[in-house]
Amino acid sequence: MTTKQPVGARVRPAWLRSPVTGSPARRSIEPAAGPRRSRRNDILRSASLRLALVYALLFILSAIIFMCFIWWATVGLLEREAEAAIEADARALSERFAEDGLLGLGNTIQERLAQNVDDDAIYLMVDSAGVRVAGNLRDWPHVVARTDIWYQLSISRAGLRGRAELRAFTLPGGFRLLVGRDVRARTILKRLLTDTLLWAVLMVGVLGVSGAFVVRSLFRRMVHNVARTTAAIAAGDLTQRVPLSGSGDEFDRVAETVNEMLDRIARLMDGVKQVSNSIAHDLRTPITRARARLEDAALHATGDEEMRAAIERAVADLDGVTAVFEALLRIAEIEAGARRSAFAPLELSALLDDLADLYGALAEEQELTLERLPSPSITLQGDRRLIQQAVANLLDNAIKFSRPGGVVQLAAIPDAGLVRITVRDQGIGMQAPDLARASERFYRAETSRNMPGSGLGLSLVVAVAHLHGGRFELGPPAGRDGTTTGLEATLILPLTGMAGQQQPLLKQPVPLRMEPPSSSDHQPDRADRLS
Amino acid sequence: MRILLVEDDQTVRGFVAKGLKEAGHIVEQADNGKDGLFMAVSESFDTIILDRMLPGGIDGLHLLETIRGQNNRTPVLLLSALSQVDERVAGLKAGGDDYLTKPFAFSELLARVEVLCRRGKGETGPTTRLAVGDLEMDLLSRQVKRAGQKIDLQPREFRLLEYLMRHAAQVVTRTMLLEGVWDYHFDPQTNVIDVHVSRLRQKIDKPYPTPLIHTVRNAGYMLRDD
Repeated sequence: MTTKQPVGARVRPAWLRSPVTGSPARRSIEPAAGPRRSRRNDILRSASLRLALVYALLFILSAIIFMCFIWWATVGLLEREAEAAIEADARALSERFAEDGLLGLGNTIQERLAQNVDDDAIYLMVDSAGVRVAGNLRDWPHVVARTDIWYQLSISRAGLRGRAELRAFTLPGGFRLLVGRDVRARTILKRLLTDTLLWAVLMVGVLGVSGAFVVRSLFRRMVHNVARTTAAIAAGDLTQRVPLSGSGDEFDRVAETVNEMLDRIARLMDGVKQVSNSIAHDLRTPITRARARLEDAALHATGDEEMRAAIERAVADLDGVTAVFEALLRIAEIEAGARRSAFAPLELSALLDDLADLYGALAEEQELTLERLPSPSITLQGDRRLIQQAVANLLDNAIKFSRPGGVVQLAAIPDAGLVRITVRDQGIGMQAPDLARASERFYRAETSRNMPGSGLGLSLVVAVAHLHGGRFELGPPAGRDGTTTGLEATLILPLTGMAGQQQPLLKQPVPLRMEPPSSSDHQPDRADRLS
Repeated sequence: MRILLVEDDQTVRGFVAKGLKEAGHIVEQADNGKDGLFMAVSESFDTIILDRMLPGGIDGLHLLETIRGQNNRTPVLLLSALSQVDERVAGLKAGGDDYLTKPFAFSELLARVEVLCRRGKGETGPTTRLAVGDLEMDLLSRQVKRAGQKIDLQPREFRLLEYLMRHAAQVVTRTMLLEGVWDYHFDPQTNVIDVHVSRLRQKIDKPYPTPLIHTVRNAGYMLRDD
């Protein structure tokens, strides 16, 4: 039964077939019944089908309501017209009767019948005994007894049967008058109209259903791109993105959002990959060192003192490992955006004053000057502890890489909805290729290999900046004249702290914007603000 | 002091219990939440050291909430591998008095336990004067005197000394100082705390024959008069 598998394969929507799972070899493994059943469920649950059905239903319903209105309007109009004509007739006849008496009325009726081109007028005048005096009906229909209601009867007249609408009137002297219209033509018209409308309903139904299919396929084509992309992503191909139509409509916006989400997932995945590589690389070293120390002590230590020293060094090594782990976890946690709950308004100047106070003593001990440049009171929305830690990391670095006698400057400058927190040092600085990689996890420039630290400080600063919807810049200090060295690290945070919601800052997040040493176009203005 | 230690890891429990006993405390141990809860409600302890993730159907937070629900005010130190801020907040909100994350240094655990024990003894009204040896601190006039001589301190130095004096004769770790004096909850890469303590030393100890601020190796500092 070779036909079975292609059937099973065919019922699976083409867009669900990813490069991996869509291979013929893979498909042939699937039981043929499985996809078919799920397909039926898919149809019942399909949003496109529901949308199409709702469309068809609405279309047909409104068309039927519309046609009902036409039917009632047309037929009702005809009816009212006939009744108005009969009323007018009767009024004219009664006037004639009042003027000319019975004979005049009889003549008038004859006249009217003779002039009636359409041959639809019906008149009958009988005396009190019910004998016809004038008119085109043979005798008084016995059903007609009241004068206040309309009658619709079938009558026979001049050998023809037809329907008539009639009204009776009483005249003085026991005479009775019957005025009516033959409505046979109207009945025919009504039937014709009804038939037409019924056909129209049928056509509306057909149009509605085919329209529904069109709507469904339109809808599916729009969803299709998103579904295909996400299916490919789910299958492991993280490079896929939803194509944009460029019209900027709702579907484009959905596609953009999905693409942004995918970018973020890709970045996080990259981060995880990078971290696991780095862990393998950088954490094994201290662990190995601690292990070697302990093993060496166990094998070769000659006295308690030596043993204790080895153990203490190993403990210190392991503490270092723990610290690195904690830093890594913290960065991962911040990057995942989990800490946004701690956002609150905070006074930045006071926070920086505090940090300057804490690090001032350290700087002094290293024979450095920590200058806290005056700044106005700045309130921003953010996570106090993370901003503290980020700025502390920058100060740590600045002090660590400064030479005795140098100056470290800490400043905060508000700038059009942003605040630039700058830490500038006159230390050893960084080479351009190192600058570009400085915020990578565990990255350490050759010149700082032998300094204490884990190479995670700037990664944390970048993560904090992104969490707050800001960015981090690292470059040579502004106003460099060739003799000053050093580094300027700037943490740029939006004052609203909306974490990149409407800030153009984080439209396309780049971990670090490197400033090439040669480009000094916009540096003077920063120098102006700084000095 | 009687300390209840609820911890499921055999090695950690043994290590902590041994250390606490060496420091002169009486230690009762439980290796699951159920036994821990039973002991916590049936006996009286000065402090409880509680692991958060425990076997036996009752985890640390659950245990803590239960004893707090019974109006048991014993100080509780939570000991947990869960280190995220939200977890710490959850632990403290459930009624914990302190939170220490694993891995930890025993000296820090001991320091924190002793702080808790002392706090558990109940403070009799607000203190306005602190004194260690010939060092006196008046919290109202914010004056510090040693051997009758006035010492000028910066506000931050004053708070640092106040913290040390409030925890006199106890080990105070660098982390505790960073949290207690600066309200910073991160580990600076450089030893900023040491620098501040050494500055304080310059003013408090340097001109006098006996030092009061002692460095405790691998742990932190202790202010004592001996």
